[in-house]
Amino acid sequence: MIHYEKFVLDNGLRVIVHEDHSTPMAVVNVMYDVGARDEEPDRTGFAHLFEHLMFGGSINIPEYDEPLQMAGGENNAYTTNDLTNYYIQIPAENLETAFWLESDRMLSLAFGEKSLDVQRKVVCEEFKEHYINKPYGDVGHKLRALAYKKHPYQWMTIGKELSHIETANLQDVKNFFFKHYRPVNAIISVTGHVTLPEVKRLSEKWFGPIAPGEKYVRNLPQEPKQTEKRVYQVEADVPLDAFYKGWHMASRLEKGYYTADLISDIMSGGGSSRLYQALVKEKQLFSNIDCSHMGSIEPGLLTIEGKLVKGVTMEAAEKAVDEEVEKIKHHLVGAAELQKVKNKTESMIAFEDMTIMNRANSLAYYELLGDAEMMNTELDRYQQVTTEDIMESAQEVFTDNNSNTMHYLSRN
Amino acid sequence: MINRTIAPDIKDAIAFNLQLKNAEQYKLDNGIPVYSINAGEQEVTMIELVFFAGNTYEDKNIVAGTANFLLKNGTSKKSAFEINEHFEYHGAYLNRSCSNETATITLHCLNKHLNNILPVVEEMITDSIFPESELAVYKQNQIQRLKVSLMKCDFVANRLIDEHLYGFHHPYGRYTSIADYEALERDDIIKFYKEYYQHGKCIIFVAGKLPGDIQEQLNATFGKLHAGEKQEKVILTTQAKEKKYRVINDPNGVQGAIRLARPFPNRHHPDFMRVQVLNSLFGGFFGSRLMSNIREDKGYTYGIHSYFENHVQESGWMISTEAGRDVCEATIEEIYKEMKILREELVDEEELLLVRNFMIGSILGDLDGPFQIIARWKNYVLNNLDEKFFYTSIETIKTISAEEIKALAQQYLVPEDFYELLVV
Repeated sequence: MIHYEKFVLDNGLRVIVHEDHSTPMAVVNVMYDVGARDEEPDRTGFAHLFEHLMFGGSINIPEYDEPLQMAGGENNAYTTNDLTNYYIQIPAENLETAFWLESDRMLSLAFGEKSLDVQRKVVCEEFKEHYINKPYGDVGHKLRALAYKKHPYQWMTIGKELSHIETANLQDVKNFFFKHYRPVNAIISVTGHVTLPEVKRLSEKWFGPIAPGEKYVRNLPQEPKQTEKRVYQVEADVPLDAFYKGWHMASRLEKGYYTADLISDIMSGGGSSRLYQALVKEKQLFSNIDCSHMGSIEPGLLTIEGKLVKGVTMEAAEKAVDEEVEKIKHHLVGAAELQKVKNKTESMIAFEDMTIMNRANSLAYYELLGDAEMMNTELDRYQQVTTEDIMESAQEVFTDNNSNTMHYLSRN
Repeated sequence: MINRTIAPDIKDAIAFNLQLKNAEQYKLDNGIPVYSINAGEQEVTMIELVFFAGNTYEDKNIVAGTANFLLKNGTSKKSAFEINEHFEYHGAYLNRSCSNETATITLHCLNKHLNNILPVVEEMITDSIFPESELAVYKQNQIQRLKVSLMKCDFVANRLIDEHLYGFHHPYGRYTSIADYEALERDDIIKFYKEYYQHGKCIIFVAGKLPGDIQEQLNATFGKLHAGEKQEKVILTTQAKEKKYRVINDPNGVQGAIRLARPFPNRHHPDFMRVQVLNSLFGGFFGSRLMSNIREDKGYTYGIHSYFENHVQESGWMISTEAGRDVCEATIEEIYKEMKILREELVDEEELLLVRNFMIGSILGDLDGPFQIIARWKNYVLNNLDEKFFYTSIETIKTISAEEIKALAQQYLVPEDFYELLVV
């Protein structure tokens, strides 16, 4: 049970406080309700590029990192398709430094030409490092493009192509900032060796005076229900053939999300999971296999992917995957098998909640989803899933007309 | 109106009084030493069993790593599947890892399941049988994995730079080929297992909000192991003669992996702690000289770091980055420029204070939680150090002068001493 308090400033900024006095540290987490899904199709990668620009100095503070490091703090940030998150860990005595820095960059960035120029290059190198200069690096791009025809989940947070990042200009940056980076679109969580009155005082002092901004109303093109089986073939200079198949699944708050999550664990959540045991160990068709989902807020993909053992045909590999999928559609999973993946989930949550950084991140995330209290009720939702639910959900998700298959073939 | 141009007052991190929580120490009936940290709020326990079974002790390449990996793949009573199922049913995570001197089994478990889990861990240590079929699957899959990794410039660069630094004959410089995997035999693994696990030296590290009877539980499970003594084995390193290397691994690569490295003594050398401060300044954190220049000013890379390799016998001082193919040579030039500035100019007090504060703040953050605290103790124990190292390090960070840092740079940041490798 995580105890916390929540209050809202007059400008709409939501603040969540969780005290833990067993540590000398504090974490300040600022989550903005904007991600790659909010980008224009011809300006992709922007939310993430923007995350980099947030470190290029703000209106009153030329350097973000230096004063933070001087105060013994560390920070980082990440961007997903759904949201952008910034976090600071700092000795609790210097908590105010974090408020000062974060509030100034919410007030306004410096919008320097040099910062944009450099970060465009840095992000291009990040793009190359992770998605071009790496075998199978383009898989994520290709699978999303295959599965999503309308919804912006069709591109990755890094962006569709380098040129979108290379041509970003300062006006784009300004527009994006004032549209999304406003108090009314943000959530702050503060955890660790802090007190509620202190966090209230600092929030009012530093964030209170910032104009609320306009609430961003998300109106994204929805993905129409897929009605035909999609298969796509790629040839590339990779050493091994690889198989990918993704099915559309439920959104984050639907019951189907929890069942799909448990299905992914039943299929590949460890050395005793079905796909691993049947296809890697017994039939030896794959050298590795994984079933996972995007963990996205809007309907994501449940994906099975693996690399084929040299000499195995794609047809044989796919057939074996299909057999396992059919099994879970038509036979109830065992009670003990379901209990196993629930136990794993319980354990994972317990370990995740150990650090004040993760607690800060989770509280903000659940508040973004609608209510921070979900942090305490999440496990229950998993516990309620029955073996019948699993079968029903498998039947709904694992249909041909909902599937997106990619055969990634070795050219060598 | 608040004046946002003025920073709030801070307490300099160097003014903090950092304390390392003492690890409780005791011995099991068979003499196995246990180091224990009881802290935290969640009802969870982590247990690490460290064996002196690293690749230092193998006679044939990758035997140590394979024995460690396959500990989970079958005993005389349980199949690999059953072992995995047992851990997974109880929501426990059982990981293995093998390094140069030591090999580790790490368990993360909810306290309520600990008594169900520990006997199976014991079984793995005393009764693993390494079935031929499991070894065959492992070999096949590792070879496939290696083929993919060999396409990555960073993977290839990491292997080559260590070979240049320590020599291929040395456990720090050796790496695995497809032929090595193919040559693995079950008997090699069993022999190694007998000597270094069944009869090997073991040290246990345990942390978490520990159950009241943890000592009894550990003793009941691991107190009867045939604990042996650590085998002394010292292999000397040899450095390559040639210093500069350019390798084309992927003709179409759009980035190059750059590694610059020099040999450096281990943690017992009087300069080791002092040079940590110089390293932080040079390339050890986001605000470092290398990062500020090569990423934040020039945009040549997504990230550049310098660090010391985590070895017991001796270390290497490494600078590591992946940069755009057309700016690799320019990046290398900038790295040498930054060394030169450190050799020739005193760091100003403001920047030095920032580095001090950052380092102390970072240690403070690092002591957050029982797992982090025991990790620090483990590091000390395995490197024959004690908490004095912690307190002396802190003192060094707080007091080292700009002159000392410059002198260290003149002694160690000498381009001729560095191996220079670029893999595209």
